Amino acid sequence: MTSKPLLRVEGLRKSFSANRHTVHALNGVSLALEQGETLGIIGESGSGKSTLGRIAVGLETPTAGELHVEGMRIDTMSPRLRRDKLRRCQMIFQDPYSSLNPRLPVGRQIGEGLFARGESDWRAIDATVADLLDRVGLKREFAKRYPHEFSGGQRQRIAIARALAPDPHIVVADEPVSALDVSIQAQILDLLAELKKQGDLSYIFISHDMAVVARLCDRVAVMHRGRIVECGSVSAIIENPQHPYTRNLLDAVPRFGRRRTGQKPVVVRLPLHNDGDCFIDVGEGHVVLQSASSE
Amino acid sequence: MTSTIQTSVQRRHLPFSVALGLGLAIVIIMASLLSPYLMPFDPMRMAAGPRLTAPSMKYLFGTDEFGRDLFSRVLIGGRLSLGIGITAVVSGLLVGGLVGLFAAFSGRTIETVLLRLIDVLYSFPDTLIALALVAFLGPGIGNATLAIAISLVPFYARVTYGLAAAERAKPYIEAARLARIRSGRLVRVHVMPNITQSLIVMGTLGFSSAILSASGLSFLGLGVQPPSPEWGAILAAGRNYITKAPWILIFPGLAICLTVLSFNLIGDSLRDIVDPRRKGRS
Amino acid sequence: MSAPYLSVRNLSVTFPTKAGTFHAIDDISFDLARGEILALVGESGSGKSMTSLSIMHLLPEAAEMSGRIEIDGRDISALGRREIEDVRGAKVGMIFQEPMTSLNPVLTIARQMTEGPVRHNGVSRRDALATARTCLEDVGIAEPDRVLAQYPHQLSGGMRQRVMIAASLALQPGILIADEPTTALDVTVQSQVLDLLVDLKARLGSGILLITHDIGVVAETADRVAVMRGGRILEMGAVDNVLGVPQHDYTKALLASHLTVEKGLMQRGAQCERARQ
Repeated sequence: MTSKPLLRVEGLRKSFSANRHTVHALNGVSLALEQGETLGIIGESGSGKSTLGRIAVGLETPTAGELHVEGMRIDTMSPRLRRDKLRRCQMIFQDPYSSLNPRLPVGRQIGEGLFARGESDWRAIDATVADLLDRVGLKREFAKRYPHEFSGGQRQRIAIARALAPDPHIVVADEPVSALDVSIQAQILDLLAELKKQGDLSYIFISHDMAVVARLCDRVAVMHRGRIVECGSVSAIIENPQHPYTRNLLDAVPRFGRRRTGQKPVVVRLPLHNDGDCFIDVGEGHVVLQSASSE
Repeated sequence: MTSTIQTSVQRRHLPFSVALGLGLAIVIIMASLLSPYLMPFDPMRMAAGPRLTAPSMKYLFGTDEFGRDLFSRVLIGGRLSLGIGITAVVSGLLVGGLVGLFAAFSGRTIETVLLRLIDVLYSFPDTLIALALVAFLGPGIGNATLAIAISLVPFYARVTYGLAAAERAKPYIEAARLARIRSGRLVRVHVMPNITQSLIVMGTLGFSSAILSASGLSFLGLGVQPPSPEWGAILAAGRNYITKAPWILIFPGLAICLTVLSFNLIGDSLRDIVDPRRKGRS
Repeated sequence: MSAPYLSVRNLSVTFPTKAGTFHAIDDISFDLARGEILALVGESGSGKSMTSLSIMHLLPEAAEMSGRIEIDGRDISALGRREIEDVRGAKVGMIFQEPMTSLNPVLTIARQMTEGPVRHNGVSRRDALATARTCLEDVGIAEPDRVLAQYPHQLSGGMRQRVMIAASLALQPGILIADEPTTALDVTVQSQVLDLLVDLKARLGSGILLITHDIGVVAETADRVAVMRGGRILEMGAVDNVLGVPQHDYTKALLASHLTVEKGLMQRGAQCERARQ
């Protein structure tokens, strides 16, 4: 790793308390996003993948650990400074319906981000909004319409345009295609790839879907119970999975040319990891979390 | 697909309760507005007829102990009652709404403190708060209106907070926060348009409770003072004649009842229309 | 293959709208025998869920249905409300996408699973409980008694779906209609539930109508498949034939747009290649 990573988290922990229970969403996560890469975070519900994404954009604050953006540690900064530093981190949400304000024309919703950035001439804002709509493959005159006039895929394009308005360096996409029809999913993934090619963008792509991650991401981190259990290039993870959980996950993905027989496969006992467990490198930056107790 | 079909079916005809509520409200409001042209006698003129006359063609609602025409008094009294109600609701809604929005959008500490405070106040019946305030401020129409307005503040603060907090959790608000839109603008541009409908509905519901409080205060002699013909005040003055001339109590009482009923009907059905979660449950 | 248990002939469902009549289902016919899994696959709005709702007589009131639906040799398309209640459960079990919404949060699993049989079929509570226990074992729950004493919120998503499937088995229906049964579940849990469906087919001889948007699920789970779009069945046949040698352009498009891990890797590779040039 030669250049400074764009975003780096170190020993990140997050716990939520609800009804006297404490839920540990993140149990010490360390990760770096390099300039210009697409980093996939894959895991199932409760793995902590969304919490990690929300911390990366500043929607949640970590309970412990460090958050560095462009080489600067920002979790110790004052909220005001931190917010300023995180301005270049934007997010695309899963649900294309609730992520748009139903009572505001979509152009205005995109424009509000530009206004907040200090642009006060609405004619200039409208022009930029039209350009943004153009970039995400929508007609420029759609700006005047309301969200309900659009399909799910179009709404997600609008949400992407809104995320691009503040000219971000990092875009966290939290399951951006899982609510869409298959035929639309591919279009949105292509759009994200295309946008990255055009500009100075890096993605954190959160998903439960191995196929989607395989298509878009350069590296993948596999999360399980608030920990990263395996991380490496997307081809290494898919073709040479090392951690039992990663293998389970890959094996569960429906595929052609295989028939379910109804016999339940032998359940592999998943290792329970402790804080002391270390990663071992199996080559080319492909790391696997190793249970200390198993050796 | 199915949802659009259902809504178009529902919109085809107005539910009976809404029609009834709206009809009543229109009649009551029109009667109060046009009272100077509709009333047959000067409502303040004593001995417009014989004292304590039973209702007749000439004196539709009868006369009171001073021989004043009750029909004219109830008509013009509507202006006072509705006026107090509207003033109190609008100002209560404004202040309560601001407090609620402030609580929802200004950080954890302020939120907790304000909410506790609102909850404590909200646990008292609003009429009781109004009563205590008037006792402190002194009787009179202005103070009564102020007291009712203040008594409505906790209710509206609570409702607005609830609506705003529900809105606050939605991803589009989070997206707006990520775009660093300032809280004030966030509330104005994103939150307000999404909750005003519901607030108007709650305003309608609060209106009937304000009218009740106003009449209650006047009845106790703390609100509108005699000889001004507020409905509660007429009731209070007539209560000594309940056996001899029950109409003095029946007609203003009926006016209060119908007003409260009509606004509750409108408010309830509007709430069902605005809040889809309550649909079909009523 | 045995005679069809469920037979749908020329089924159409229409809705009157301002713009004219909307055909949610447009003249579809298919059969389902016991011991086989027939998948209805399509995107949202294809009419696949509407089909299952018509079989169960659960269509919205505004809908108009025509055609013939036979279950176990009996025409049910004209049955009244009371009679259809008997068909539901006894002849056809139903499994929905979101198990939480079909379970009552304030009742224990035992109560929910015995309520129907006790009230509608005059079964004693003890017998109903014994059946419930067997059904839970059938769906692979190791400790049925513990689950019976629990409330829905104490169970994981996968467990809830298992309980739902167990509940639908209580009256030993000939077929199960599973409407997107795994869409709300995690991949590893989805895999277990699909294994369970295949297991039920083999062990209890249930016929299963599997409604899904995921052609990958179809490929490894179903015996036959009907591809739906715009309320019509475009192509129907054995899974290997339809997915292996698709005849209809839409089926080809559906297969082409389906993302698989291998395809994803290849496409990404191609993109990187192009970027390098």
